[in-house]
Amino acid sequence: MVRDAAGRLGFAPSLVVALSAAAVVALVSITSGAYPLGLTDILSVITGREASDPVASMVLLEVRMPRFLLGFLVGAVLAVSGALLQGLFRNPLADPGLIGVSAGASLAAIAVIVLGNTWLGGWLAMTGEWALPIAAFLGGSGTVLLAWRIANRSGQTAVATLLLAGIAINAVAGAATGLLTFYATDEELRSLTFWTMGSLGHADWNDLLVGAPFMLLALLAAPWLARPLDAFLLGESVVGHLGYRTDTVKRAAILVVGLGVGAAVAVSGLIGFVGLVVPHLVRQLLGASHRVVLPFSALAGGTLLVAADSLARVVVTPAELPIGLMMALIGGPFFLAILLRTKVI
Amino acid sequence: MVLAVENVSVSLGRSRVVNGIDCQIRAGELLMLLGPNGAGKSTLLRAVSGDIPYQGKVSFSGRELGSWPPESLARQRAVMPQRVEVNFPLTVEEVVRLGRPGKASGRRDPVVDQLMNELDIGHLRHRLVPGLSGGEQQRLQLARVLAQILDSPGDRLLLLDECTSALDPAHQQMALALVRSLARDEGMAVLAVVHDLNLAAQFADRLLVMKAGCLIHEGSAWEVLTPDLLQTVYGFTARVIELEEGYPMVVPRRDRSARAYTAPVNPNCRQAS
Repeated sequence: MVRDAAGRLGFAPSLVVALSAAAVVALVSITSGAYPLGLTDILSVITGREASDPVASMVLLEVRMPRFLLGFLVGAVLAVSGALLQGLFRNPLADPGLIGVSAGASLAAIAVIVLGNTWLGGWLAMTGEWALPIAAFLGGSGTVLLAWRIANRSGQTAVATLLLAGIAINAVAGAATGLLTFYATDEELRSLTFWTMGSLGHADWNDLLVGAPFMLLALLAAPWLARPLDAFLLGESVVGHLGYRTDTVKRAAILVVGLGVGAAVAVSGLIGFVGLVVPHLVRQLLGASHRVVLPFSALAGGTLLVAADSLARVVVTPAELPIGLMMALIGGPFFLAILLRTKVI
Repeated sequence: MVLAVENVSVSLGRSRVVNGIDCQIRAGELLMLLGPNGAGKSTLLRAVSGDIPYQGKVSFSGRELGSWPPESLARQRAVMPQRVEVNFPLTVEEVVRLGRPGKASGRRDPVVDQLMNELDIGHLRHRLVPGLSGGEQQRLQLARVLAQILDSPGDRLLLLDECTSALDPAHQQMALALVRSLARDEGMAVLAVVHDLNLAAQFADRLLVMKAGCLIHEGSAWEVLTPDLLQTVYGFTARVIELEEGYPMVVPRRDRSARAYTAPVNPNCRQAS
């Protein structure tokens, strides 16, 4: 591809490539799986022809479509959240896991699994089948707020304190999760492992209904933060010198991340590396300006997660690998390779 | 009066590092702030920039600093911190253009082009900032800061913290000559922290000297750069000679008895004579 004077790919051709890749991956994701679907099946379902196979129609509309949409949204939100946090912390290793959002969300979910029959019975009665996703969302958002409160005591938000608060929260959430694991029955343990490894296996329209509004809101709000986040790359004081309201920007970014990641963990469990690898790759290819990094991270994150999910469905058929495991398998070595190869972050 | 600082003090923890400073800068004036390490120069500059809380009053263009809307202030006042580290792969041009929020990003910006050429970074336009030398990065930051207010109407204030410390002599001359011409020709008010006494003598309209948090002397280069004052403030002996260019030059003397200077805390801030 053509590179400009700074050795970067052009915006327009990159957009075409990214959209094409997303379309191809979408098609692969929708057609592959235990029940094979061909292009003709998809076309006949879409056009509503009578000859269409009722099973194919059911698989496409009730299983594959929500799974694809949810996977794409989750991938996009995780990647954009990673990009936002990396800009905010001026640290390319910052990740939604870092400030405790993912840990808080999964702790809440695990608490519902283990304590649902005892202490949290009222919660289950109140929320019904949405108990788990809503708890995870509340846990994730709550953790961000907690980290925020700790870091914001003096009226101004110290980024270093926020990071340290994240570490402490991660440790406490990890210990609490361990404690719950200790008390869990064998059956609960299975469900719990599934959650901590991340999965899109149960994706349905209900999950989309619960998670999509929050995730879409986060994705739509993120571009407004692009310019001030570019200023953050020069240091926190420079943001104010350039006329942005530093604390407002920080608050908005944290809120967007809390909303997006809380909702993503709620519907898919813990999926790592998307928030780390995708923005990093985008910066290498297209530069560090957030006006480029944010939209392309969304596209590439969604595409990557859907691709990994398609792979996870076929490598060990008829079973499927948890997507979080799959991402760690692909993402871990990949990220190491990038780190070893490049000097500039 | 572009900048009026009245009785400004700054405490960091329990210690008071800036103590009751008064100073004023008119439009078109280039003020340089001198003093030994730890005198409180950068802290004063950060207070005047609104980065840290202070006691006292700082007014810009007749209006208290805190009451300025951030967006308007940014168009008329630019701050260059002592260090700006860029770890992400932004290009030189992208960083200079960060100084122009609100300007269209697609087309070339004549102000950006002009400043990059005047500060000799035009040829680095597409280079990634993390790979640049310290001096190139410093010129880049100066260009960004100047781009912020160069074409703004009304009073303009430039606050520079050691903006030439990493530059070679030729680029020091280039950078400070540009800053001085912006003051004289464009009417910018400039407050610059410097360490190089001879650059201060050459370029400043007025010098301020700080020591142990206090402003102890103020005046022209001839009034401030005297052997006695240098001895009192920095603790070294020097000759001050007159150059045919019309400004003084400080030549340190070799002095075996000279010891490392330790700043005494002076709560009374007596005027050094």
